[in-house]
Amino acid sequence: MPRIWKFGDSVNTDDILPGKFAPFMAGEDVFQTFAFHYVRPEFAAQVQPGDVLIGGRNWGLGSSREYAPQALKKLHIGGIVAPSFARIHYRNLLNLGIPAFEYDLTELLEDGDEVTLDAQTGLLTYADGTVQLPPPPEFLREALKEGSILEFFKKHGRFPGEEPGAEASTETASAAE
Amino acid sequence: MGMTIAEKMLAAHSGHDTVVPGQLIECATDWVLCHEITTPAALRMLEERGMDRVFDPQKIVAVPDHSVPAMNIKAAKMYQKLKSWVQEKGIEHFYDVGRGGIAHVVLENTGLMKPGQTLVSGDSHTCNAGALGAFATGVGSTDLAGAIYAGKVWFKVPETMLIRVTGKTNPGVTPKDIVLEVIKQIGADGANYMVMEWVGDYIDQLDMEGRFTLTNMAIEAGGKTGIVAVDDTTRAYMQQRGVSPEQYTEYQSDPDAKYKVVVEIDAAQVEPTVAYPHIPSNGRVAGSDRIRVTHAYVGSCTNGRITDLRDVARILKGRKVAQDVQMIVVPATQAIWKQAAQEGLLEIFVDAGASVSYPSCGACLGMHSGVLGPDDICISSSNRNFVGRMGDPSAQIYLASPATVAASAVEGFIADPRRYDAEGNDLNAAD
Repeated sequence: MPRIWKFGDSVNTDDILPGKFAPFMAGEDVFQTFAFHYVRPEFAAQVQPGDVLIGGRNWGLGSSREYAPQALKKLHIGGIVAPSFARIHYRNLLNLGIPAFEYDLTELLEDGDEVTLDAQTGLLTYADGTVQLPPPPEFLREALKEGSILEFFKKHGRFPGEEPGAEASTETASAAE
Repeated sequence: MGMTIAEKMLAAHSGHDTVVPGQLIECATDWVLCHEITTPAALRMLEERGMDRVFDPQKIVAVPDHSVPAMNIKAAKMYQKLKSWVQEKGIEHFYDVGRGGIAHVVLENTGLMKPGQTLVSGDSHTCNAGALGAFATGVGSTDLAGAIYAGKVWFKVPETMLIRVTGKTNPGVTPKDIVLEVIKQIGADGANYMVMEWVGDYIDQLDMEGRFTLTNMAIEAGGKTGIVAVDDTTRAYMQQRGVSPEQYTEYQSDPDAKYKVVVEIDAAQVEPTVAYPHIPSNGRVAGSDRIRVTHAYVGSCTNGRITDLRDVARILKGRKVAQDVQMIVVPATQAIWKQAAQEGLLEIFVDAGASVSYPSCGACLGMHSGVLGPDDICISSSNRNFVGRMGDPSAQIYLASPATVAASAVEGFIADPRRYDAEGNDLNAAD
């Protein structure tokens, strides 16, 4: 059964994948084995598909390097849940199709707790109950149905979220937030 | 309702009269900046999807900077990938090793990127160019691939934080200290997904080099970008690069523009600030603890400009780097290197016992040319002090201004640069 990996505040991209283990440094096939190499050295060897990473605020601060979330994708994690994400990293997670949920589970769950996470609905089940996590924005789920924003653009000639010629409206704004 | 400068630029680039924070837009990119670390991954994404094209080769600027000159065969292959793509697609704005330097600083100096324009790059310090009164932000490889292919990127219109800096700094206090103080106050996520718009009479009198240092560090507070509106300083800077005001659009925030947060900074109250390990928001006053250093680094897209090198030379002139300290100075571009040579700065560095290296990002991210070993303690003019950022995870990184780095290199301990006056005289020296 998938388990929780619990981290603290301000997990940065150098924590997730140190720059010296970038794919072109460590090798395209093995760079993911260095995920959390310094802060959780056992992580890459022990993580199982579907495991859920939880952390505190500002998850993913630092570099724009997309190979940090790529390493987690290669390890088939089930998702990341944190009360806030750094913006470039959040985009990267969504663009790669890694479920990311803005929610604080650090009070509720401990490292090693067994959970299941339905990435589509955001329903997380743990030993004592369930938590409904806020799902990613609709427009990105739309994109991920096509594979990524790249396939979406290739097919539709635009990015998801804005219809061509659409005018600004407060409805759009509140929906996006 | 009034709009901020960022909202105006995003509206103009997405075909709207107005935009509001939270709105999703498809934004046209005037420029895409490409270096050899994140671009090859984006190119492979495009190749794998049969999307191998460039929206406009004239609007791409390519600058290899992270792993150059190549320190191993893997890095050489990354460089080759960028260069062969540049040649294949007919990208003319290619600043090769020996003709470029650190991409952000190369770009700011070309005159290509103009006020009012938009820029994305697969690098988090892309926000640097916001000092031109432009909208510039870093993205990952997928978004970079989209921008290369389509000349567009999706954005959620960010809210804006107004940072008003008033008054004059005391001697020895620099823009780096101002931005470290702001990040200390608001936190490393204090501006998450916000634009950091800098105003106030301190900003008005600040040169472009100092403004770039402020906008460059926006990402260290989580900001989407940093912006300084166009004024006479910007116009003169562009004119020196052969660009007249008719060639660009100036945007100013409306008086009734909405700001999510307003931060007020009294420049006179800011002291030389050092961000202690392991996060840039961990600022304390320089010299308040007696911390021995083994390494001193001046360089990076944050603080490798000519004004930074002058600050360092002022303190190093006629002095020696402390016996136990290894000091490296990296001019950010070939042009800055040449100017530093002409002004005699490089000679001062060499005489002091500092190594002057070629323009590159190498040491800043622990890739090459100055990687830290176990338990090394580095005072650095760069932008990040995360665990392992500059090398071994046990190394300690302290972020500071170039002046503080120089004073610390001389003393062998983290030092307060206010000890030296504008001519570099030691105010504490007995005479």
